Amino acid sequence: MITINSMMCKGCGYCIKFCPKHILEMGKERSEKGHFYPVNINTDACTSCAICALMCPEAAIEVAAKN
Amino acid sequence: MPEYKRPSSLMPMATGYCPGCMHALATRLVADVIDELNQADNAINVVSVGCSALNLYSWHGDVIGAAHGRAPAVATGIKRCLPERLVFTYQGDGDLAAIGLAEIMSAANRGENFTVVFANNQTYGMTGGQMAPTTLIGQKTTTTRFGRDPQTTGYPLKMCELISVLEAPVFVARYALNSPKGVSDAKKGIKKAFEMQLAGKGFTFVELLTNCPTNWGMSPLDTLEYMNTNTIPYFQPGVYKDAEAAK
Ligand SMILES: Cc1ncc(C[n+]2csc(CCOP(=O)(O)OP(=O)(O)O)c2C)c(N)n1
Ligand code: SF4
Ligand code: SF4
Ligand code: SF4
Ligand SMILES: [Mg+2]
Repeated sequence: MITINSMMCKGCGYCIKFCPKHILEMGKERSEKGHFYPVNINTDACTSCAICALMCPEAAIEVAAKN
Repeated sequence: MPEYKRPSSLMPMATGYCPGCMHALATRLVADVIDELNQADNAINVVSVGCSALNLYSWHGDVIGAAHGRAPAVATGIKRCLPERLVFTYQGDGDLAAIGLAEIMSAANRGENFTVVFANNQTYGMTGGQMAPTTLIGQKTTTTRFGRDPQTTGYPLKMCELISVLEAPVFVARYALNSPKGVSDAKKGIKKAFEMQLAGKGFTFVELLTNCPTNWGMSPLDTLEYMNTNTIPYFQPGVYKDAEAAK
């Protein structure tokens, strides 16, 4: 399970590009800061591998262990 | 399964960096490692001049600002007075390889027991994208309008290669931040450098190949491929010196 903090995200797209499960997609809404930010389109498929968080320059993504 | 939590060495706010700027990624990696080593209260971040220095706004722990290029001299003083602290400089390529070339070579040659984190984005980011000593051959910048020409401006300086031939440094390595493998290796490299410093081993130098989407004139995603085809072939990632492995 991942949580994306839209107040930190700058919409670079690195997390979307490198998610091995291809479950992140750029959302259609802008954050309060004015950036588009990613949304998880298939929460069940997330393996909590944390590659998205590893690549996020802003530490906007936190990952909880899969249970 | 791995988990990830935002490191405590970062303030709870977005950085001042442009979208996709790898200065932010490099800063976060250093913060991740400091958390893992339980050094949040013991670390001292010596920042330089350039966009590199913008990380002081998001840094939770101790920071000191040095004059342009002089971070290694300031870090020398701090570490000699406070040998128990984890001291690192965070410097850009214009700062470290141009105006600060004498300071970095001298500190490395003296084997000062601190760590240098060197973010090489091949340009002067903060001042609007002029040529740096590390700008690639043929790379267009505001001061090399038709691409860098070695006839008049020489060749991109390879800092890891230069520093690794000195006697004193104990760890010298280069990583590229444009892939998960590169980022995860870089994190291990920073950790190793910090551990060697904490064990009193001597001078450690970690170069991170980074980007500047704004002055390269590219989207963050386009810089990733540009680095594969241009930056990495010239600035080869790898461990250039490791005193522990040599034993
Ligand atoms: C003594 C001095 N000379 C020149 C400058 C102008 N200046 C500010 S940042 C910079 C270059 C920074 O380039 P780099 O170290 O590569 O940092 P980046 O912005 O790319 O991270 C220069 C020349 C200055 N601030 N002080
Ligand atoms: S934790 Fe792994 S699988 Fe889940 S969204 Fe992030 S990169 Fe994708
Ligand atoms: S990597 Fe981070 S900053 Fe970039 S789009 Fe994803 S969440 Fe946002
Ligand atoms: S100008 Fe370049 S180096 Fe500076 S914050 Fe923007 S992308 Fe990063
Ligand atoms: Mg630079």
